[in-house]
Amino acid sequence: MVPDDLLYTEDHEWIRDDGGEYVVGITAWASEQLGELTFVELPETGMDVHQGESVGTVESVKAASDVYSPVSGHIVEVNETLEDDPGLLTKDPYGDGWLFKLDSIRVADLKKLMKPDAYERFLEEQTE
Amino acid sequence: MQLIFEQSAPGRRALELDPLDVPAADLPPELLRSKPAALPEVSELDVVRHFTRLSRRNFGIDTHFYPLGSCTMKYNPKLADRAADHPGFTRLHPHFSTSPAYRARCQGAFEVIHATERMLAEIGGMAEASLQPIAGAHGELAGALLMAAYHRDRGNTGKDTILIPDSAHGTNPASAAIAGFKVREVPSKRDGTLNVRALTRALDDSVAGIMLTCPNTHGLFEPAVGRIACMARDRDALMYYDGANLNAIIGRCRPGDMGFDIMHFNLHKTFATPHGMGGPGSGPVGVSARLVDYLPGPRVVARDGAYDLATPPKSIGRMAAFFGNFLVAVRAYAYMRALGASGLRDISTGAVLNANYVHAKLKSAFTSAFDTPFMHECVFTATPQARKGVRALDIAKALLDRGFHAPTVYFPLTVKESLMVEPTETESRETLDAFCEAMLEIAKLADEDPDALTRAPETLPVGRLDEVRAARRLNCSF
Repeated sequence: MVPDDLLYTEDHEWIRDDGGEYVVGITAWASEQLGELTFVELPETGMDVHQGESVGTVESVKAASDVYSPVSGHIVEVNETLEDDPGLLTKDPYGDGWLFKLDSIRVADLKKLMKPDAYERFLEEQTE
Repeated sequence: MQLIFEQSAPGRRALELDPLDVPAADLPPELLRSKPAALPEVSELDVVRHFTRLSRRNFGIDTHFYPLGSCTMKYNPKLADRAADHPGFTRLHPHFSTSPAYRARCQGAFEVIHATERMLAEIGGMAEASLQPIAGAHGELAGALLMAAYHRDRGNTGKDTILIPDSAHGTNPASAAIAGFKVREVPSKRDGTLNVRALTRALDDSVAGIMLTCPNTHGLFEPAVGRIACMARDRDALMYYDGANLNAIIGRCRPGDMGFDIMHFNLHKTFATPHGMGGPGSGPVGVSARLVDYLPGPRVVARDGAYDLATPPKSIGRMAAFFGNFLVAVRAYAYMRALGASGLRDISTGAVLNANYVHAKLKSAFTSAFDTPFMHECVFTATPQARKGVRALDIAKALLDRGFHAPTVYFPLTVKESLMVEPTETESRETLDAFCEAMLEIAKLADEDPDALTRAPETLPVGRLDEVRAARRLNCSF
């Protein structure tokens, strides 16, 4: 079961409305697929990003994957603790393992994202 | 095991230098060392034992089957090494080529360069080739720079993007980015081939080129490659062929005939130079007629019965000092001459046959990633085994205990728990059978005793390494 208060992307990222700010992370499924993480490269605070733009990387022994911004907006904070402890992403992907926060987002972009039930169906298709 | 530096004992020596046979010259003090170089002081016997011991711990093609998918770890005949060892090549100083007084001494080497470029161009269906790039990714970079030069010259503005499939080698997007392009990823379909509809949507006027591998990184021939080339041409986008998988098609079909404008060859995969261990490699770049003027220079040209150097009029410039890794080209030259056209065709025949033989023997125990005949490598997914706690990594480690190098695991990224087996054409049926038996035994263990596999390797000098820690705390110094 995936948390029901988030929206999801096909790249297995989530976004949560935190009262004006939006928190972004990767889903438990994605972090499980990557295996134990070795590095996280985060975007810079203050950047303006577009929906779908590559803004960072998560790297494991197996692979490096791009991190995309789920919506257009302005990056106000990044989770710097991940740089020292990338394992947080595996341990707590929906909590302490968040990646970055956005404000001034393009609200219309949220409409293109998946609701929890749609993401669950998407996951089922992926694992068939 | 001790490092050779740790075996050092003061005053111990291995050899005496020959007496000086040239006049001694006084060097200015700033060129002299103030203290001796930190070299190990060991006897000849210490050296012999040390390196013999190391070589016995080595796991290479000379001792073991090495089916590392996407890497073409085939046996490279010693004949090619002998050619590259010829003193006529090894004692030739590259600066001879830059001095008119000595250039005559380079005619033989120039002939090898010229003939190797001609043969590669013919194999690729290209108009010309340049031996300058010194690695596969360096050839890709040359290709991306050629694209940029072509569009700049034609006044094509706004062509800032290269399309690359999601199954591609990581070097493709990296090379494109280093050449200043944006990268747009094109997804694969479930059957492992490129999603042509998605590619059509992505192919707008900002596209400078498309980088493809054929067969692709799933080991499958791209059936739409000709159609894609036509669509690219309509947009004046260039087609780039990554030669990583040339072993699968050599002598059978040619990238130039498929509609590619640029390609690179991995001499260290396909043409008799060992692959891996940091080189030296060689990634010659070939081009169609409309791009010849942009090739790296200077190039060896035939003129009035002799060879000379000339730089193409719109050259992208030098990609490497002198002529790239010349002795790797000598190996390729010897290999191509020894095999001839029919021998080169036998490479792809054997490579494809061996991959499909392994696939046929293993598909009852391992799930095929794609239900189709493969080209030179076959891809399995260990997802069913992973559900029982045995992941692709465990299977890879268990193979090491059984005397086989592991296949490529977790690549391509599009296949979960992927195991990618590339046997190559140089392995006998007996070797393939022994490998398949080991794989089938591992599949049985995954059902019956998964713990036996997660402990592997147990017979090697070191057990399971902590790869996460090694990556996080990288320490390359001694």
